[in-house]
Amino acid sequence: MTVDDVNTDVLFISAVDPTMLPKLEAEFTVHKLPASGREEFLASVAGRIRFIVTTGGGGADASLIGALPNLELIAVGTAGYEAVDLEAASKRGIAVTHTPDVTANDVADLAFGLLIAVARRIAEGERFIRDGHWRAGGMDFGTRVSGKRLGIVGLGSIGRTVAKRAQGFNIDVAYNGPSRKSDVSYAYHADVVDLARAVDFLIVSCPGGPETEGLIDRPVLEALGVKGILVNVSRGSVVDEAALVEALSNGVLGGAGLDVFAHEPGVPAEFMAMENVVLAPHVGSATPETRAAMTDLAIANMRAHLAGQPLLTPVP
Amino acid sequence: MTHSDAECPHILVVSAATPELVPRLAQRFIVHEAAPENDGSDVSAPIAGSVRGLVTTSKAGATGRLIGTLPRLEMISVSGGHIHMIDQKAVESRGIKVASTPGISTPDVADLAISHLLSVARGIAASDRYLRAGRWATDGHMGLATQVSGKRLGIVGLGAIGSIVARRAQAFDLEVHYFGPRRKADVGYCYHDDLVEMAAAVDFLVVTCVANAETRHIVDEDVLAALGPAGFLINVTFGTADTSALIKALQTGALAGAGIDVYDDAPNVPQEFLEMENVVLTSHIGSATRETRGRMAEQTIAALCQHFGLSMP
Repeated sequence: MTVDDVNTDVLFISAVDPTMLPKLEAEFTVHKLPASGREEFLASVAGRIRFIVTTGGGGADASLIGALPNLELIAVGTAGYEAVDLEAASKRGIAVTHTPDVTANDVADLAFGLLIAVARRIAEGERFIRDGHWRAGGMDFGTRVSGKRLGIVGLGSIGRTVAKRAQGFNIDVAYNGPSRKSDVSYAYHADVVDLARAVDFLIVSCPGGPETEGLIDRPVLEALGVKGILVNVSRGSVVDEAALVEALSNGVLGGAGLDVFAHEPGVPAEFMAMENVVLAPHVGSATPETRAAMTDLAIANMRAHLAGQPLLTPVP
Repeated sequence: MTHSDAECPHILVVSAATPELVPRLAQRFIVHEAAPENDGSDVSAPIAGSVRGLVTTSKAGATGRLIGTLPRLEMISVSGGHIHMIDQKAVESRGIKVASTPGISTPDVADLAISHLLSVARGIAASDRYLRAGRWATDGHMGLATQVSGKRLGIVGLGAIGSIVARRAQAFDLEVHYFGPRRKADVGYCYHDDLVEMAAAVDFLVVTCVANAETRHIVDEDVLAALGPAGFLINVTFGTADTSALIKALQTGALAGAGIDVYDDAPNVPQEFLEMENVVLTSHIGSATRETRGRMAEQTIAALCQHFGLSMP
């Protein structure tokens, strides 16, 4: 890196990794977007900002992008980038990068952890013991995981890793996505309802955004069925949350493991009272190793841009 | 022996693997049920005098006292793979036949071990509590958890359950180590003939060995210390961990966390565990799936039918 880098001004909006800010400050001149007084703040620094560092949820909207005349790059420190206005960025020729793939192992692990926890009633069992109910008799039985059929919605890096985990459990894998992948032998279903009908468990690992909004709707949940289990580790928007609440309440669906919700950190109150759901606060990538890898990849994209080299992981 | 007795033998059920077992049995036998939480030996004398078959589970077994009260007992049909809770002397001296259902629950126990590993390292059970307490909205994000894939896993006892745990673990890119009485020729995992040495070499320790005199409290203070403050213990087999050493290690931070399905004095669970956030506790549910218990119940009935020359109900 050249000495000039320290004079590259970066607007910092958010990060999921506590090491992001100190790592940025070691290399760049960092301005933190304040919670209030945003206009006054921007008036003083807007002309100097060349990079934005943000997260999928923190985003960068059209008004912010419009307020930064010399913006060159938006480095998103997460795999998702749903709150970044890609259209506003591309109109101005501003590059957007994210951190895919490095989260795949952790998110796949969590997906599998949620699946087994729902099937084998682990979180419910925890409450059962801690509330002192065991002395009055055992719990109801769970469902076997191994040897069953798993559907994966979105066979990207996370979905492929989920499929790999599944092989260790003698689980039959099928998948849905916009197109058949030529390099895998898993059964492909062009229609997600068909996939849901053909499997015992459905893991949702596709990207969020308008194309997948409400993809997992009532017909999908009905097809998955009374013994079926849904796991969502992608984005809350992919699942019709109201339909999911209804399906779980009415016994249309067997259970669910959810790491993401439509209005985070808001979680529908109905879920909190259900025994057949396991809930996690969007922690798919929440390990020190992965968070650091995400940060390093975001910064590597910034360095590549400064050096005039191809970006490592631009958004598709 | 009366004619009706020959056609319809009397069976005493000490413990039933599923709620469906007794009604199914009743289609071929005259069924008597022992009172819950009881070894069955308080059945009335006329019943005791007529019982020719006994149904129990690995956990409940059959005491010497019970067997002694059943003069006509011919066979014990156990739902489950373990017969160590059945009084061997009483059985052998009377030539009573014992049938069990080994192997059925093996994949389920392995799945539970992997589930405990993911639940405790990735904080899944704690996450669920955090959300249900409404803390995400008020306290923000939880602290970071421990990565699972790509780490090192030590298996204590590479038997039927341990071998399946190892296969599951490979799908998580875990480097598998094992400890046992001898090196297995047919596996490529890293063998340790010393448990403390293995505990020091791994991030996660899963105990799957059979409980016997040699393995009782095999996971002791030294093993836990070697596993260390970033290490996790997963225990799905009874009697193999020194509970007081485990409580101390978890309380002092000498061990990062534990997933536990078995307890010395079940259904009583040490109060110390109940107060910890870094443990995941389940109520001996290794074999508690509909599939496994249903199959166990069927085999339990089949063994009795075969012995008494009856067709399956």
